[in-house]
Amino acid sequence: MSEQPQLKGFQGHEDPRPSQATPHQPGSAHEPGTDPVGGQAARMWNAGMGRRSGGAKGGKRRRGDVNAVVPDAEFRSYYGRAVLKPPVWTHEIAYYLFTGGLAAGSSMLGAVAALRGDVAARRGLRLTALGAVGASAYFLIADLGRPERFYNMLRVAKPTSPMSVGTWILSAYGPLAGAAAVSEVAPLLPRRGVFRPVRWVAGPAGAVAGAGAALTAPLLATYTAVLFADTAVPSWHEPYRELPFLFAGSALASGAGAGMLLAPLAQAGTARSAAVIGAGVELAAGHRVENGHGLVSEPFHQGRPGRFLKAARALTVAGAAGALLGRRSRLLSAAAGASLLVGSLLTRVAVFEAGVASTKDPKYVVVPQRERLRDRGALAHEEHRPEDEGAQPERAQEIRT
Amino acid sequence: MISANSLSGRLDDPARDAGHVDAPPRKGFFTDTSVCIGCKACEVACKEWNAVPEDGIDLLGMSYDNTGGLGADSWRAVAFVEQSRPVGNQTAPFTSAVTGRGSERLQQGTVAAGLDVFEEASRLGTGVPGGQPVADVAARESGGCGSGGSGGCGCDGGAGAAAPGTVGERGTAEAADEGGQFLGMPGMLAPAALPDRDGRQAVRWLMMSNVCKHCTHAACLDVCPTGSLFRTEFGTVVVQEDICNGCGYCVSACPYGVIDKREEDGRAWKCTLCYDRLRDDETPACAKACPTESIQYGDLDELRERAERRRQQLHDVGVTEARLYGHDPEDGVGGDGAFFLLLDEPEVYGLPPDPVVTTRDLPSMYKHMAVAAGAMVLGVVAAAVGRR
Repeated sequence: MSEQPQLKGFQGHEDPRPSQATPHQPGSAHEPGTDPVGGQAARMWNAGMGRRSGGAKGGKRRRGDVNAVVPDAEFRSYYGRAVLKPPVWTHEIAYYLFTGGLAAGSSMLGAVAALRGDVAARRGLRLTALGAVGASAYFLIADLGRPERFYNMLRVAKPTSPMSVGTWILSAYGPLAGAAAVSEVAPLLPRRGVFRPVRWVAGPAGAVAGAGAALTAPLLATYTAVLFADTAVPSWHEPYRELPFLFAGSALASGAGAGMLLAPLAQAGTARSAAVIGAGVELAAGHRVENGHGLVSEPFHQGRPGRFLKAARALTVAGAAGALLGRRSRLLSAAAGASLLVGSLLTRVAVFEAGVASTKDPKYVVVPQRERLRDRGALAHEEHRPEDEGAQPERAQEIRT
Repeated sequence: MISANSLSGRLDDPARDAGHVDAPPRKGFFTDTSVCIGCKACEVACKEWNAVPEDGIDLLGMSYDNTGGLGADSWRAVAFVEQSRPVGNQTAPFTSAVTGRGSERLQQGTVAAGLDVFEEASRLGTGVPGGQPVADVAARESGGCGSGGSGGCGCDGGAGAAAPGTVGERGTAEAADEGGQFLGMPGMLAPAALPDRDGRQAVRWLMMSNVCKHCTHAACLDVCPTGSLFRTEFGTVVVQEDICNGCGYCVSACPYGVIDKREEDGRAWKCTLCYDRLRDDETPACAKACPTESIQYGDLDELRERAERRRQQLHDVGVTEARLYGHDPEDGVGGDGAFFLLLDEPEVYGLPPDPVVTTRDLPSMYKHMAVAAGAMVLGVVAAAVGRR
């Protein structure tokens, strides 16, 4: 607010004038669309934030705006203030997306390892799943405003709430994954005495629990996409068709990454193939999420989420390449696995942050909704003052994709 | 009681859809912004009755609105928009309209008593946005302005709008005599006296008391995983604070940005439409406190008819920008329990122009999730078969 150049100043009126004098005089005519929020406060906002001017005016694009297909849009707002509330979820939820996916991917590949008799791979994947699902529970409960009331989630089963559905998925998956992992500890028990029947039961029980965990795992990996999409957050809701595939691919890639990291080369064959498949799905779905939704895709290209996604893509590609080439090198295989894990984590954090960013700028709400209204032709039926008519095209500028 | 339109579309009786038998008629608010004077009595009454904690005294530096919007600790929030645009003949129709209890008589009384609020204000030394130096420089450069502008504001509930005839002569002269420095902060004078960068002097003020919309299809309620949010027998949406565990899902789900988490408390809070008062056949606190009947409470059906009559009345007298918002049972949220008459586009007041309940797409989301989960299984099977 250091400069007020537009403010010409105050002028007194020497002659009495009628109170109802028309303001339509030279120099004082209202130009539609020139003052989207109005008044002195608007000019203050224009100096810094609030209003975006069209990129076509030759001005330099805002820093970080690499999404060249989306021109900055003209729109009106309440002093540039956000329409939506930003999610109150913290990064714990982003980490949960990763750990939940990792648990799911690990359980599925662990079941395959169990079927094939790859003991080391099975053990590593089952223990990874238990650790990841334990971390998931921690992140979820820690993020609550009233963590001591987490069990209130269990008082209803509500299909309209993806979080309720997820609670029940997690409640089914968690104990199964836990039992499968605990069964791996059985060989450490003494051979004789009371533990003998436990040792005897552990194997089959672990197999059953592991199979159960593998069957519920795909739901665990994908429901989080619905959890995010079923919000008013523009950049989470709009890509609701692709988000489940992005998360499924990311979960598979991270589970495969854990397998490649933990299992000896001979037992990591499935993980290497799964890594390539998962990474492929993740990259393809990610591309659609990041580019297929016009203005709402923009937050995926800007700032931290943009940088994270770029890094995630590079790491995922590198991990998939390592899975293809690293058949003979334990070190390369492990490095590729780690690369996939970090890539998956960054993808989740980026999706989380892009959504949060999309709630903080009113344009991601107003412009697409104006588009929608215009497409429906609703605006034609709305009553406007004549001078308002010319302003419409500027207010909700068309998004060219 | 689940129907095909439980998630979206037209739903005439959400209380019955939620399982209430013998529910009373749906209750709601009609907020007529054309008579709002921005007094904030609604905000105060709401805080008092519902024991909503204070949320700090902030000067936001953007308008006279220092609440900023709805939140966990602001269940009513008065938006204040200042627009440099022709007021046209807007003021005249309002003076003849019944806008409150005897508003016309009040205005006449004010004028008859010779009371000029702006003059009163400037005498206090607080209401001078125009400083001598700036004015002098500008006057020398342009050789005087004097272009018209009624100085009327969007509101017309009382003395403020009765004054424009006198402001131009006395109020501004007073202001020019005082040697204050304009600091760019809102003063108490109507900013009509200041020409803006384009030389426009006509300014109108829009005020709107915002509130939870109590949607027919309430996303916050749909996504609540604990059942803390529920549909009352009056068709309103209320948080049970003894159940809420602060998961925050409702905050992200609301298409209007209404509900929010109270940080020190950890739970989500919003307008209850004074559920406790409704159960005792009382009017909600904000509507009771509103001095201009800008906030009207009643049976939703009746309010919708009244709102349409009001809109028509305004159009008949030339206020063609008057429009209803949230009244349509066919809109994206199935119509709002609390709807508005606005004098500009919704986004100007911070409202989404075309809100849609996110759960409308939930069936499709679950289908895509199922396909993705299936694809994941296939991927693992393929990996196991074609292992490298």
